[in-house]
Amino acid sequence: MDFSALMLSLKLALWTCVILIPLSLLIARPLAWTRLRYKGLIEAVIALPLVLPPTVLGFYLLVMLGDDTYLGRMFQAVFGRGLVFTFEGLLFASLIFNLPFAVQPIQRAFEAIPVNLREAAWCSGMSHLKTFYRIELPLALPGVISALTLTFAHTMGEFGVVLMVGGNIPDETRTIAIAIYDRVQAFDNVAAGVMSLVLLSISFLTLGIVYMAMPRWSGRS
Amino acid sequence: MTTGCQDKSGLSLHLHQQHPIPLQAEFACQRGELVALVGPSGSGKTTILRAIAGLHSPHSGQIICAGEVWLDTNSNLCRSPQQRRIGMVFQEPALFPHMCVLANIIVALDHMPKEIARARAHDWLERVNLGGLENRRPATLSGGQQQRVALARALAREPEVLLLDEPFSAVDKVTRRKLQSELAALRQHIDIPVVLVTHDLEEATLLADRICVLHHGETLDFGLPDRIMTQPLSPLVARLVDLPNIFDGVIECHASEAGPARMRWNNITLEIADNTTAKIGDTVSWTIPPSFVVLHRRRKPSKGERENPVSGRVSEVLTFNEISRITLLIEDLDDCPLVISLDTHAARRNEIKVGETITVSLLAQDIHIMPEKEV
Repeated sequence: MDFSALMLSLKLALWTCVILIPLSLLIARPLAWTRLRYKGLIEAVIALPLVLPPTVLGFYLLVMLGDDTYLGRMFQAVFGRGLVFTFEGLLFASLIFNLPFAVQPIQRAFEAIPVNLREAAWCSGMSHLKTFYRIELPLALPGVISALTLTFAHTMGEFGVVLMVGGNIPDETRTIAIAIYDRVQAFDNVAAGVMSLVLLSISFLTLGIVYMAMPRWSGRS
Repeated sequence: MTTGCQDKSGLSLHLHQQHPIPLQAEFACQRGELVALVGPSGSGKTTILRAIAGLHSPHSGQIICAGEVWLDTNSNLCRSPQQRRIGMVFQEPALFPHMCVLANIIVALDHMPKEIARARAHDWLERVNLGGLENRRPATLSGGQQQRVALARALAREPEVLLLDEPFSAVDKVTRRKLQSELAALRQHIDIPVVLVTHDLEEATLLADRICVLHHGETLDFGLPDRIMTQPLSPLVARLVDLPNIFDGVIECHASEAGPARMRWNNITLEIADNTTAKIGDTVSWTIPPSFVVLHRRRKPSKGERENPVSGRVSEVLTFNEISRITLLIEDLDDCPLVISLDTHAARRNEIKVGETITVSLLAQDIHIMPEKEV
């Protein structure tokens, strides 16, 4: 059992959730409620990671994060090291490939809120900000929880993109999914089996807890 | 058209736009008065209400309420809904489903200290007869109870104007009657302008002090319910308020020593009250409300029935509880059905049946010659 790979996966999943969920709220709300001219195009771009093979997405990210690119050079200048084959690079890739898993449930949740509820809040004197955190956010909570769960579970299990962008560096980029692959390559089926079971349990527990508690969180019962 | 005197403490507005819905509307509503906006779907009723609330910005216009300018496109002034002190009740109750009933009302009292807000919310719930339901979620209330909570929330903010957007259309008829009575009773205690959007003419007549008739966003008529329902400004208004008897006639003569004013209706000459500005020979549109047509008792004609007698064959009898609506095809005027309404017991007593010929009187003072002609 590679505990450092497990901890790295957990760390990656947590950081992805911490950064991506607020970001998705900012993206999903206008997508749900404003008549954007290129809304369909934006939604297509966000949904791309769902259909692209992980290797293709990983390849483009690898190219995009390289030391010769603007993004790579900028990161190098600020932090003194590149993005490729680092945890930060992996986190960036994780944010990209989880975008549809985070944005879409939140967008659907906002779309399900009747417009007149917001208007009723404004007519009752609530500011736009107050309407957001007292009316919209509580009503969109099931979508936010779904986004959180999917993002967390998906990051824990992602393999292709992680391998392309991060490689297999112990304590830096070797996640539990890579470690399982590594053990299978070395014919160590026992270790691979234990780690697979751990990953399966974590994913099942996360989803189970969330879906069982969803009716209470939704606050509509 | 004139929209009545403007009370500085009331609401007055004029709105103009071409898109997305054409608007050419103006009216005023004084403190304590209820103005009903009526008109067909797409006539701009709800858009006007949303403009008053600040939820829609018309291209040009002005809205003044309680002496404060809420909208003035000439000076680029447009206050947000939060700045307008409005109470709004939507067609659907629009209650916050994740909050209890009490919290739904406290939302409108957020500017007050918590304890006072709580006490006020309790008080409002009592006033709309919902005491004891404070901790219930909106989903567990009936449609009527939800609409009462919405009304309490709208009034709790102590608004300068109460806006009601078809508030009773989503509830059953019995509940609607109850809510209408409760609103009428509540109005005794609230001294603010109330604007009601409704499709239901009966509701408008029952609740409103004045009615504003809208068509394609334009104010066509504005006045007392009785006047609108019996003396509409134009044939279009008459049709919009569901008056069936709309006819054309030609002015034959004005009142003189020789006799009363007269109008030719096809081959029938009718005496009319001489209050029209139309000249002799002018074609005018006229109407008579169905309930104003006087039925000649078949076995016992009376003196007053000599006035404008018209005979016709009954082509249809529709009975709605205590009122019967009878369609007559006037002799030689088959394309001009005249509709009369009678108490059902009177229709029964006179044995009015389809195919029978009956005579009615169109009293001169009840014939209304409309000032505006068909466009």
